[in-house]
This record gives sequence, C-alpha cells and structure tokens, in this order.
Amino acid sequence: MVTYLDHAASAPMRDEAIEAMLPYLRDQYANPSGSHRFARQARQAVDESRDRVAAVLGCRPNDVVFTGCGTESDNMAITGAVQRHGGVAVCPAVEHHAVLEVVEHHGGTVVGVDAAGRVDLDELATRLGALADAGRTVSIVSVMAVNNEVGSVNDLAAVRRVVRRHAPDALLHTDAVQAASWLDLRQVTPHVDLLSLSAHKFGGPKGVGVLVENGGPRIDPLLIGGGQERERRSGTHNTAGIVATAVALELTDADRPTENDRLALLRDQLVDGLQAALDGVHETLARSEKVAGSAHVCIDGIESESLLFLLDEADVCASAASACASGAMEPSHVLAAMGVPHERALGALRMSLGHTTTVDDVERGVDVVAAAVTRLRDHAGSAPVLSGSGRVSS
Amino acid sequence: MKVMCAMSGGVDSSVAALLLLEAGHEVVGVTMKLWGGDSDTGCCSVSDVDDARRVAQQLGIDHLVFNFGDDFDTHVVDPYVAAHAAGVTPNPCIECNRTVKFARLAERADLLGFDAVATGHHANIGRESDGTLTLLRGDDPAKDQSYVVHMLDQAQLARTMFPVGGMHKSEVRERAAQIDLRTADKPDSQDVCFITSTGGRTSFLGDRIPFHRADVVDLDGARLGEVESVEMVTIGQRKGIGLPGGGPKRYVVDVDTTTRIVTVGADSDLLRNDLVVHSMAWVDHVVSGDVRVQASAHGATQRAVIEAVDERPGAVTVTWAEPQRRIAPGQSVVFYDLTDRRVLGGGIAD
Repeated sequence: MVTYLDHAASAPMRDEAIEAMLPYLRDQYANPSGSHRFARQARQAVDESRDRVAAVLGCRPNDVVFTGCGTESDNMAITGAVQRHGGVAVCPAVEHHAVLEVVEHHGGTVVGVDAAGRVDLDELATRLGALADAGRTVSIVSVMAVNNEVGSVNDLAAVRRVVRRHAPDALLHTDAVQAASWLDLRQVTPHVDLLSLSAHKFGGPKGVGVLVENGGPRIDPLLIGGGQERERRSGTHNTAGIVATAVALELTDADRPTENDRLALLRDQLVDGLQAALDGVHETLARSEKVAGSAHVCIDGIESESLLFLLDEADVCASAASACASGAMEPSHVLAAMGVPHERALGALRMSLGHTTTVDDVERGVDVVAAAVTRLRDHAGSAPVLSGSGRVSS
Repeated sequence: MKVMCAMSGGVDSSVAALLLLEAGHEVVGVTMKLWGGDSDTGCCSVSDVDDARRVAQQLGIDHLVFNFGDDFDTHVVDPYVAAHAAGVTPNPCIECNRTVKFARLAERADLLGFDAVATGHHANIGRESDGTLTLLRGDDPAKDQSYVVHMLDQAQLARTMFPVGGMHKSEVRERAAQIDLRTADKPDSQDVCFITSTGGRTSFLGDRIPFHRADVVDLDGARLGEVESVEMVTIGQRKGIGLPGGGPKRYVVDVDTTTRIVTVGADSDLLRNDLVVHSMAWVDHVVSGDVRVQASAHGATQRAVIEAVDERPGAVTVTWAEPQRRIAPGQSVVFYDLTDRRVLGGGIAD
C-alpha cells in the first residue's frame, strides 16, 4: 500500500473528473473549433467549463484562458506582459521556477522575502521606487499566492497596494497553482490582473492550465496560430481535460471549508507525531502561517536524499525541494531565501496532504519517517545536536 | 547481495547493471549529478541521466539521481582550478573517484543498506588465498582503467564490484546490443566531464582564475619569447609556447607560476633519473623494491625501484631503471607489480 504524501507535486485525480473526461475521449472527439454539429457539441463543453471555472475564480468567463499547464500560464503572463509593455518584470526569490526563471530570463528584478517566505513588502516598495526613479517602467509584478515548498500565503491585497502606489502601470500576476485547494479564489482574483492555475494540483488532469486575464486581455499571447481562446492561446482545445478541470475545481471549491479543517488536523497530527517520536524535527513555518496541507520540516542529522530513498523503499511518497532537469534534488532556493541555514536545509522534508489523505496515511507516515530517520542517525553514529531555541517558529 | 550500481549513462555501467542482475543481485541504479554547469551532453549532463534512467527501466530496476554537486565542487573542481593556478596539472577524474564515487557514494550506499557499489570501470578485483584483495588490470588492455581506481584500499575493495572488468569492450557492446539497450553504440566518454569540447580547458580556467603572461627562457636564462597564460603551460608541452617553428624541437622543462617563467629545453633536458611521489595510497601494504610505473591513464609502464622517503610520511622515491621524461607535478603515478597486472598503490607526482 502506498502512502502518498506528495499532493503538492501532483494530486490524485478525482473520480468524477476522470468520468467526465471519458465521453470526450471516446465519443465527442471532434475539434471544438470545427463547423459541424459534432464540433459544436465539443465547443459547448469547453464553453460550459469556462463558465464553471469563472464562477469558482470570481471572474468573467471571457477572462478565462485555457492553457497547456501551469508553467505555460506563468510564462504567458510574464513574457506576454514584457512583450506588450516592455519594461522590467519583478518577483520574489521564492517563486516557482516557472516564474523565477522567466523573470530572470527577461533580466528582471528579484526581491527578498521574510522568514515566513512572504514577499518583503518594504523591499518590494523600495525596489519598485528605485526602478521608477531610474526611469524604468515595470511591466509586471508576479507574487505567488501559496508557496509550493513551505506553504506560506502572500497577502495579495497588500501586495496590490504597494504595486499600485509605486508602479501604477504594472500588471500584478499571481501563480495560484498551489492555492486552489486551500484559498477561496474569489477572494484572490479581484486583487490581481493575472492568475495562473494548474489542474493536476487539485484533482484534475495533467496538461491543463488556466490563465485568468482579469478585466480583459492586456498581454501578448505566447502561442500564435489558429486563434483559439479568442486569439489568446492558439492550439486545439484539450476538450476532455478542460471538462475535467472544471469538474475538479468545482468539487475542490465545494469541499474546501471542510477539507481545510480536516487536513489541518491531520497535518498537525503528522508533525506532532514526528516531533514526539524524534528529536531535532523543526517545523519550517508556524501552522498559522501556512496552508492546511503543508507539512514542511527540517530534520537534524540526516540528508534529504537518503531519507527519501528509505521512504521510497517503504512506499511512502514525499519530496524535499524541486528537482532539476537531471532529476536530482536541488538545494532549496526557497529555504535559502527565507534564511534557513544551509546545514538545516540539507534535512528538508516536504510532506503535503490532499483530498485522498486519511488518518492511516498520517499514522503510517509518522511510523515510517521516524524509523527511517532513526536508522540513518544510528548508522551515521552521530546523535542530532539539540538546541532548545533551534526551532524556526511554531 | 544488494548492490548500488553507479550508472553514468554509458554502455559499461549499463552492462554492469545487467550482469549484476543476471548474477542474482538486487540492483538499484544511481546516477550522480556532479557538475551543474555546461557539459558536452547538456547542462548537468541531462542526456546522460536520461540514458541511464532508460537503461534502468529496460532492465526493470529502480533508478535514482543523487546530487553530489557540492562535494564535486569542493573536492574536484575547486582543487583543479587551484592546482592550475599553482602550475600543477591534476587528474580530476581520479580525484572524483577518490573523493566522490568511492567515498561519498560508497558511504551513502552503506548508509542505505547496500552491500556494495558497482561501477562500469574496466578493472578486476581478485582474492589471494589468505583473503587479501587484489586490484588488477581489466581484461581489455585497450580499455583498462585500473590506473584511475588505484586508490582503493582493502576495505573499499571489499565493498566494490567491477562487473565488466573481465570483458573486452566489444563484448560489452554486444551484450548491450543483444537486449537493445540504448547505450549499446554510445561513444566512450572522453576527457573531463566539466570541460566542454567547444570551450576547452582554457575557457573553463579563464572564467575562474586570472591568467598571467610569462617569459619563455632557455636553460641559460636567455629570453626566447612569451606565453599569454603561464597557468595553461604543462611540463613536456611542445606546442603553443610562443616559439617560432623551424629550429630544434623545444619542450617545456619547468614552469614557475610565482616568477612567471617557463623554461624550455631539448627532449633530453626532460630526462630524470628519479621522481618523488606523495599522498600514496596502497591497495594492501606499503611496498618497496622493483615495480612497474604508469604515469598516465593509458600510458606504457616503466621499470623502477621505489622506497619510502624517511622524513615524509606517504611519500616514495622512484628511481627509474632508465632515465624517463619528467612527469608533470600533480599527475597520478601508479605502481604495478612486475607482471604489470596487479596494482600496488599510487600517489601524486611532486
């Protein structure tokens, strides 16, 4: 039996979403852009899905653009803004690579974060002001809603105030890929101009992303061709994927209040269990500062790669930081930006919970992680160095 | 046994994994991510990792990637750069074997419950009647790699396997082709993994250390010309030292990065009667007396007598049977028995 504690990497698809896809794979396979009855049926499915997604996101249906993945949405937002408006792209240092690498690719500006991984609003104001003083325009500021590694939540209303004051012409984008399961997106969308989602993070299929262009198109498209998605994103619609995305998003939205409560309890049980079983388990962020499904810890006296190997052998799925192109774990740029010491970051473990997580998963997770850590520490022959003040925050 | 097979994405380690499986071992393939910069196979050698992963899938074994980039920088790349700055010519592949592959990876394998680490090196491990383990040349003389794994001691050999050491390269490729492994026809890797064929050593080092112009002088101190970067000059070098052609062949016989002087002379001026080798690692016990000596990866061996240097622990004096060309400081020097088959130990030329 596999204990899956890696929902932030990809969540299992919801059965209803799988069922919803099948007719569009088997029977309703026509190209939604076609001119016959068969095509119109597929087109209707795409348009209805757009309405349903817009309702959850609190935006107009015509502002919803279906893309090929979250990374494409992020790229379209930033590259599209830079191409349309020129000027500088800005983001905090803890963004997902799908944002951070794009901003750096365009020669943009990266700003720091606080110890909880949230964008440093004072530094953001200073940097935007300095760019303005230097006569440089800012095309886009991109601040993630929820961090994918440690689960911290940015206050996008506050970010918006800073951006409007210091870079009034800049667009504000949020990578909300990790937010859909935890935040009411109707409370997020109004604060931003652009918002990116990825379906497979909330029980939809891989290969579908969403970009919300709040208030209409103000950026250049990335993919140019047949003019689908109102010329915002060319390429044949992934009808089955889009339908399943709408189904999964609606279910996630409906379950959110109860799931937030249920999973926060399980997450607390997981981390409490580890801290009871082991010394030197540091909860990276206080529980009040992160989303319910996020259980990120740094464990003294072990290396993440070794721990993940033993967890894998015991059929427990978790992760450490993001992987590079070779598949190797990279030292976490998120923990580094938050000021977590390198030594501590070596023992990072990200466990992430989601809609299929049960109390059995949590109990088994505690047992297996505790046994693996104990084995690694015993073998290394080095007892963890305990320090009463060592905990980052909790 | 439970064996961790280091899979580089080449054909030798692919077949090593295959042979381990056939021998009934429990095998997990591991590719080390060592270098994060440019390489001839893409950033982080991603296409090599892809090849290793696909071979592992074909064999039905698990495959993992371990990131030892920090260790590689600290123990291989940084010393390589520092050595060049000091006018020394190191062998980074040997340092990688010494500090990463047979140290960091082997320790992790031990930690994770593996009985041994296997690699695709062409070398053999034997056992004497008294239980002593021996490190022997690979069976394919053209591909023998005992030189680059000479630093393994008894404890390491006991936990190391070289499954393809008894095969010729053509057999290795045949075995890979028989089961359609994608690496069957892959060319052997050449040179240093972190130096690209387009940029070369000059570009790599030029990005990391300042180059200094140096005078080129003859043995009497007469100035003959100059070189742009003394850090790139190696003992024994003949080309690229800024001297006009046509005259007698001149070789670099000495490099001094402090005074920035490159001394050149005739071939015969390179000849030496002896050599001191430091940082010795012995396969079993300390050896003195008659040996054969190899001073490059695929070089011929020469007869010599070795004896410990009294006042320098870990150093030996090599007295050549016949005068030999000077060996560049930093090169690995490996001692074999008189059959030229068994590794006794090795160290680094003064």
